[in-house]
Amino acid sequence: MTAVAADSLTAPKMLTRRFSVVGIILIAFWVLVVLLMVWALARSITGDRFETYGWRFLSGFWTTIRLVVFSVCIGAVISVPVAAGRLSKNRVLNTLAYCYSYFFRGTPLIAQLFLIYYGAGEFAGPLKSVGLWWFFRDAFNCAALSFALNTAAYQSEILSGSIRNVPHGQREAGAALGLHKLVILWRIVLPQALIVALRPYGNEVVLMIKASAVAAIVTVLDLMGETRFIFAKTYDLSFYLWAAVFYLVLVELLGRAINLIERRITRHTMRRGQ
Amino acid sequence: MANLLGLLTFGPDGWGDELLAGTLVTIALSLATVPVGLVAGFFVALGKQSRDPLVRVASQIYTTIFRGLPELLTLFLVYYGAQSGVSAIAAAFGGSFQISPFLAGMVALGLVLSAYASEVFLSAFRAIPAGQYEASAALGLHRVRTFRLVIFPQLIRLALPALSNLWLNVMKDTALVSVITLNDLLRQTSIAVGTTKQPFFFYGVACLIYLLLSMAASAGIWRIDVWASRGTVRR
Repeated sequence: MTAVAADSLTAPKMLTRRFSVVGIILIAFWVLVVLLMVWALARSITGDRFETYGWRFLSGFWTTIRLVVFSVCIGAVISVPVAAGRLSKNRVLNTLAYCYSYFFRGTPLIAQLFLIYYGAGEFAGPLKSVGLWWFFRDAFNCAALSFALNTAAYQSEILSGSIRNVPHGQREAGAALGLHKLVILWRIVLPQALIVALRPYGNEVVLMIKASAVAAIVTVLDLMGETRFIFAKTYDLSFYLWAAVFYLVLVELLGRAINLIERRITRHTMRRGQ
Repeated sequence: MANLLGLLTFGPDGWGDELLAGTLVTIALSLATVPVGLVAGFFVALGKQSRDPLVRVASQIYTTIFRGLPELLTLFLVYYGAQSGVSAIAAAFGGSFQISPFLAGMVALGLVLSAYASEVFLSAFRAIPAGQYEASAALGLHRVRTFRLVIFPQLIRLALPALSNLWLNVMKDTALVSVITLNDLLRQTSIAVGTTKQPFFFYGVACLIYLLLSMAASAGIWRIDVWASRGTVRR
């Protein structure tokens, strides 16, 4: 990347650096927003508000984290056979995997959630008879299931894409050494593929955290659900601001963590002192 | 099965016309959001590569916030926040004003889209070699013409694949606006479910309609891609 900023509408770089009026206005705007937010946030936790709703809020945060961890992990498990199907030369398997991934990536998550949550209610009788009703009765499980199916579609694309991205010569070299197919996959292809896949995986988790707010619509009391509950009781918008702060901090921390991990696992590609 | 399909007919007994109306609202919302979001995102991208560090920081804050917040939360903040703000102003003038869910959805999804689009535009800007600007300057083109004739066509071509993904995301995100009672496809479906007690069938149909919309959007994007790369040789 060149150091020259591809500045489109402005003349070549001037040597003087002054703060422009626009910049000062924009920064002043954000400072004002932050001050207003701090004021609103501080006001909302004074008095007995915090005692009444603080723990609800934190338990909602914990529910959000559980929801995301469950669905991302289960989704990762489901994504393996789907990715295998996407990479398979068998036309039937390939088409099946493609349709799965196309369906879940092409429709809104909230519609998938409704399909599973309300659809399960319709089949309560049959589900009871096969002994699965306890699972679908709980909105949390339905949300986790639909999120897992959804993220599995995206994760399978990440996985199959990054495996396809490994140069073919690597496999051939492994084969020339007489290694078994699975050994080639496990020791040669996957380590290289996962380096490429790390950042998309991180983005997927971030997207999942954000998307998990949808669970609040089907009565799951996650961070968003508790916030809606408290808002309905108090009509105090600042609880939405608190939720915003929690989501932003969570997402930012995760982004930082991904950066650190990426630095760590790509250290062999860095030059010394870089 | 026949009586299920009968539920989709147009007319007083069927839900076909309601679903169609909802689909049109969904399409209208996404078509209204995309230009707003793209133009805003473009200016945020310009801000991110401004010479002024204050502008850069301000644009970066914007992106961080609206990429980090859940879309649903942004929607609620815009809907309820703008509602209370506007009502306060309207009350001060002795009137009353209601923010429509459509407008709130457009603003909220536009904010989210612009934050993502600014990153796309930024990386597209960075992918254009500095020599393009220099060559254009050597030809004596004014910087506005440089942008219009030299940079913009390349920018679109570079940004298009990522922008098309964003477009599909916007279309899926419009389903969230049903939560603040916009009568889009998903809400019409929920109304139909409430009356007919056939959730699996109707939500399945809604998913299929969303799939069709995604396909149509992909086809449209493909046309734009052909148009944008008309000057290049396919490898």
